[in-house]
Amino acid sequence: MATQQSRSAARLMMAPAVILLLGWMLVPLTMTLWFSFRKYLPLRGGDLGWAGFDNYTRFIGSSSFWPSVQATLVIVGGVLIITVVLGIILALLLDQPMWGQGVVRILVIAPFFVMPTVSALVWKNMFMDPVNGLFAYVWKFFGAAPVEWLSQASMQSIIMIVSWQWLPFATLILLTAVQSLDSEQLEAAEMDGASFMSRFWYLILPHLARAITIVVLIQTIFLLSIFAEIFVTTGGAFGTKTLSYLIFQRVLESQNVGLGSAGGVYAIILANIVAIFLMRIVGKNLDA
Amino acid sequence: MGSITLSKVSKSFGDVEVIPPLDLEINDGEFVVFVGPSGCGKSTLLRLIAGLEDLTSGAISIDGADATNASPAKRGLAMVFQSYALYPHMSVRKNINFPLKMAGMDQAEADKRINAAAKVLNLTDYLDRRPGQLSGGQRQRVAIGRAIVREPSAFLFDEPLSNLDAALRVNMRLEICDLHKTLATTMIYVTHDQVEAMTMADKIVVLHDGYIEQVGSPLELYESPVNKFVAGFIGSPKMNFVTGPSAQKRNADSIGIRPEHIDVSSESGEWEGVVGVSEHLGSDTFLHVKLADGGMINVRASGDLKVKYGEKIFMSPQEERIHRFDPQGLTI
Ligand SMILES: Nc1ncnc2c1ncn2[C@@H]1O[C@H](COP(=O)(O)OP(=O)(O)OP(=O)(O)O)[C@@H](O)[C@H]1O
Ligand SMILES: [Mg+2]
Repeated sequence: MATQQSRSAARLMMAPAVILLLGWMLVPLTMTLWFSFRKYLPLRGGDLGWAGFDNYTRFIGSSSFWPSVQATLVIVGGVLIITVVLGIILALLLDQPMWGQGVVRILVIAPFFVMPTVSALVWKNMFMDPVNGLFAYVWKFFGAAPVEWLSQASMQSIIMIVSWQWLPFATLILLTAVQSLDSEQLEAAEMDGASFMSRFWYLILPHLARAITIVVLIQTIFLLSIFAEIFVTTGGAFGTKTLSYLIFQRVLESQNVGLGSAGGVYAIILANIVAIFLMRIVGKNLDA
Repeated sequence: MGSITLSKVSKSFGDVEVIPPLDLEINDGEFVVFVGPSGCGKSTLLRLIAGLEDLTSGAISIDGADATNASPAKRGLAMVFQSYALYPHMSVRKNINFPLKMAGMDQAEADKRINAAAKVLNLTDYLDRRPGQLSGGQRQRVAIGRAIVREPSAFLFDEPLSNLDAALRVNMRLEICDLHKTLATTMIYVTHDQVEAMTMADKIVVLHDGYIEQVGSPLELYESPVNKFVAGFIGSPKMNFVTGPSAQKRNADSIGIRPEHIDVSSESGEWEGVVGVSEHLGSDTFLHVKLADGGMINVRASGDLKVKYGEKIFMSPQEERIHRFDPQGLTI
């Protein structure tokens, strides 16, 4: 295939990118590991020396730790389920020939272009505000008492906001997968007497398996570290404190870099556990 | 059972009328071939019969019952697609089982049918493979297997052999003919290859721009084509068309003569020409002869004819084999 020469040339050319990426990844990782073993309080004396595993035991021993892991997993799981299910439905609908297809598709993708902070603020103030929000008007119109979304149904609200942001991504990936399904296969199934539900179950869903896997994996990576949506809406209150939010609080609000870094290491471990589970469940869809 | 009647069936895509109203009668047990050049509407006509496209007007009845608006599944027809359309993530067994499962058939009976079909089609060793692990010919057989287990009242084939190599195509052609003889089920077969049409059909339907030019048995079409299009389309190598004095002498606008109905001589004949390319096939020799006026005549001569490039030869059409056409191209 490649000659000796072209291979070493390729290595040489790739080296800067590889070194840059390695540095990009390794420097913060090493620093996190380093700080996690130090007693480091920036406003209260700075680096106060070696701390051993103190930070680790304190972080995990805090009463907020397990609830924050749970909150993280609930948000990730909830958003994944909503975006995949709605994404499949939307992809199937958008695949139908219809008038104004191009415009509709762009509109569907639009939420993805809105910054997380902005979209969370828009949701918080325009939709979910118990006094002036759109939902409050709807509830009042039907004579019901407006729901205080972000305090009474905080978890559901955040899942809703984040799902709204990620739905376009899921829809887009799934739509391309739907479009790549050979229409003759569907016609053959139709002639074989398969109803729409059977066609969906036996043909469309298996065909989408790989795209669904990609959506799940990519979204998980980003959702494990969501922050802005929580910061601008609940500020971590009402049971919506995720692991990344907890780390933020430890580092910035309590000014304890060592403790936060230990939390960061836990976050890495959690991400890896989730990744192993996911690869077990859906990873096999990626080969073949 | 499997008689199909089309009456005044037409199909338009938007403003474009792909199939002008046509009538066609397909009898039970017949092997009917739709043949015509690319884009003439063969697939569209087949898909109309299958129920995969809606009619613009007209009616279709199957076994005497009106099926114009029946769903594809209700028509009791089975189709084999050009791309085979196998379900890629199911094993061969599951592929063949799919229509039976959809029909809610008892699994024991289904297995019996699958095994029987696999035996007929030589697929027994491949039942647990995925379609991706099969050769083109094997995939083709799986597609046929999926069609036969349903015991449909008619089979529809859309250019099923066009993805196969030449040798395999001849093989599968025979296998499909065999299958037709054993099952005695109506088969409708679409192809653009007139050799396939001639060798397989009981009845050929020649289509051109959506119109049915002629319907008849292979020999009828070969011996008495109704017009110049059918004359030129059926038969290989193609019929020669000649205008000018030879045609006028025979009271026609143009005459047609098949390459195999021309006698060659080195001394005298009606036409004189210079041999261009000659193709020696062993059994026959195809000569491409240039006439003085620039026209070309293809001649099929016996295999032992020795002629060289540039040699002058004389040709005479066999009088009783000449087809005469009027200015509209219709046979006189
Ligand atoms: N869905 C469609 N929309 C618009 N026009 C179509 C559609 N399907 C087919 N046509 C047109 O109808 C005509 C007949 O198409 P059809 O597929 O039946 O041809 P065919 O005889 O099967 O050709 P081939 O031998 O190349 O398969 C073509 O001119 C094609 O462009
Ligand atoms: Mg076609």
